[in-house]
Amino acid sequence: MNPVAAGPVADIVSAVLMLVGALSCLLGAIGLVRLPDLPARLQAATKPQTLGLVLILLGTALRVELASAVTLVLVVLFQVITAPVLSQLVGRAAYRSGAMPDDALVVDELAGHLPADTSVGGDPPSDRD
Amino acid sequence: MGAVFAIVLVMVGVSAALALYRLLRGPTTLDRIVALDVVVVLTVVAAGVYVAYYRDGSNIPLLAAVALVGFVGSTAAARLAVRRERHR
Repeated sequence: MNPVAAGPVADIVSAVLMLVGALSCLLGAIGLVRLPDLPARLQAATKPQTLGLVLILLGTALRVELASAVTLVLVVLFQVITAPVLSQLVGRAAYRSGAMPDDALVVDELAGHLPADTSVGGDPPSDRD
Repeated sequence: MGAVFAIVLVMVGVSAALALYRLLRGPTTLDRIVALDVVVVLTVVAAGVYVAYYRDGSNIPLLAAVALVGFVGSTAAARLAVRRERHR
């Protein structure tokens, strides 16, 4: 087996990367519990978690052989692409279902572009999305 | 090196416990979807730590599969489940 990098220096670099990554994951999870509303929690759930995943998998990639490390790059790439997609979808669903608190938005440019009934309740159109 | 892995795993475990707390508390379905996605990412992280500890690359396709399935599940839930729920 030929790891990507061997020796004490590679071990230390890998350990530091994994510790910082785990700290980032922990901070994101604390934010998920402590932050007051959905849009704020969305920040805590995407950015620190993605950074933590990238750092930990980077630390992992140093300790496995090259072919495996390439697959890890794929996992990281996939996470970096999909986290904003999920974040956008959840924010959109929150806005349209009324879960977004009014005072959480400083600027609301979407307000004038949606049918009026989505913000005041009532019978929604059947194909609303 | 073993102590580092123990510390990392404890931190990831505490993170997962906090995410599960948010999953139970809610208060909206969207909060639960976000928390569940965090749990899936932390699963991938924990499996990555396992791979690093045993220097065993044979589990890496598992990481890709879990990340993929987790994304599809969260997206479908955010897109479809929430449509039934009105908050005001």
